[in-house]
Amino acid sequence: MRLAVVGAGAVGSSVAELAGEYGHTVTALADSQSAVVDPDGIDVQAGLDRKSAEGVVGDGDVADALEGSYDVLVEATPTTLGHAQPGFGHVETALERDRHVVLANKGPVAERYGDLRDLERASAGAVRFEATVGGAIPVLSTVEDFGPSHISAARGVLNGTANFILSRMAAEGLGYEHVLAEAQDLGVAEADPSFDVEGTDAALKCVILANVLAEDREYTLADATVEGISDLPGSALELANEDGRTIRLIGEVTDGEVRVGPRLVPEHAALAVTGTRNIVQLETTHAGQLNVSGRGAGGPETATAVLADVDRLPPLG
Amino acid sequence: MSDSRDELQAYTVRLELVDRPGELLRALEPIADNGGNLLSIFHERGNLTPRGHIPVEVDLEAAPDRFEGIVDALRAEGINVIQAGAEVYAEEVTVLLIGHLVRTDLSDTLDRIEDSIDSSVEDFALSAPENTDGKSSARLRLATQSGETDAALATIRSIAAEKDFRVVEPLTAGGGA
Repeated sequence: MRLAVVGAGAVGSSVAELAGEYGHTVTALADSQSAVVDPDGIDVQAGLDRKSAEGVVGDGDVADALEGSYDVLVEATPTTLGHAQPGFGHVETALERDRHVVLANKGPVAERYGDLRDLERASAGAVRFEATVGGAIPVLSTVEDFGPSHISAARGVLNGTANFILSRMAAEGLGYEHVLAEAQDLGVAEADPSFDVEGTDAALKCVILANVLAEDREYTLADATVEGISDLPGSALELANEDGRTIRLIGEVTDGEVRVGPRLVPEHAALAVTGTRNIVQLETTHAGQLNVSGRGAGGPETATAVLADVDRLPPLG
Repeated sequence: MSDSRDELQAYTVRLELVDRPGELLRALEPIADNGGNLLSIFHERGNLTPRGHIPVEVDLEAAPDRFEGIVDALRAEGINVIQAGAEVYAEEVTVLLIGHLVRTDLSDTLDRIEDSIDSSVEDFALSAPENTDGKSSARLRLATQSGETDAALATIRSIAAEKDFRVVEPLTAGGGA
């Protein structure tokens, strides 16, 4: 397939770099300022080199990439809330042109799921978004395979940054601020960590899961009850630890409710993953509990999920 | 890819031990060795059974699929297991409370939790802050009537909202609450 990759951060550039290995051709690569477009295939490395040297991937702009020649738009711009722009607009353009869309950007699926599905229905193209929940972990495709009606609940650890902080606090007996600074030094946490530690990122993923699982309603971030971990004292983890338990930031989709917050779990439970690892636990109607775990973030990891989605798309007519 | 250790259940095991040094320790080891987490031990020394044994009641929690192994291991050690099971006893739930617990009248908090849902505080541990402005953390284990765990959690949540402290709840089986 021919891919137009919009967004040249960790995920977008990894998709562009790995596409050839998966047998695809990248016909456009764009970031917010610039684009490089070639219907016969761009030189990905040259574009990325130019971005690191000059801050632009090419001489074109995003509109050129969106109007160019491609089968699949890979939307990997940063997640935005509310109207989910500019990501939603990119998706709209591609679907109106009857192209497929694969999303790594959570905004359009978490905040405008109904609008997105309406656009898809009117288009010959299809929308997939495995990469938006749990990075490399095949969460949504597992739900799809089992059928949403055969899954009664989902819960899991969906934010590696928060999980890293909680695991380090528990293991080393250190306070939140200390571990956060360490996580920032390691590049595990961003300079502004609020999206991760306040639970927003995990909540968006749960909202997306809820949208996929629900048969009769649409969810947005506003429907989620969200608590973060930034005001948890080290003493809370110590008390949990004395009792053979630990604290994890758990997202849950149960009985139509979406809830994210710190929860007590047995320290050897499957859900008590350590470090940046993620896990999702699905309650199935006929097959008990199913756990899928792995790397929930990172460029090549998330790109792997994007490229798996590309391979799931039907040929365009 | 599956693992069922997430849903711990509380069990009570009633044992009769021979009155001999080291007997209690010998009874507890198979529990810990087989994945049981000891919650409390009620050792009625001086109160002998008609057969001259000492009755001991052990509360523990374990994954349901491991509990049978614990009982088997006890019996294999020659320990006399009189009764084992979860059904006859109340449910237990552990929560953490975080906030200005002392300043907001801790004993009132605990009394109200016990009164409003007919539960009893089985264990309580407080970690006070180093300075007076800091927040305390507490761990609370409650025994409730069967099926009342959700009501207990709801009560704790409403008291916490009123007194402005946080509750870290357990994941209950099935994820409800």
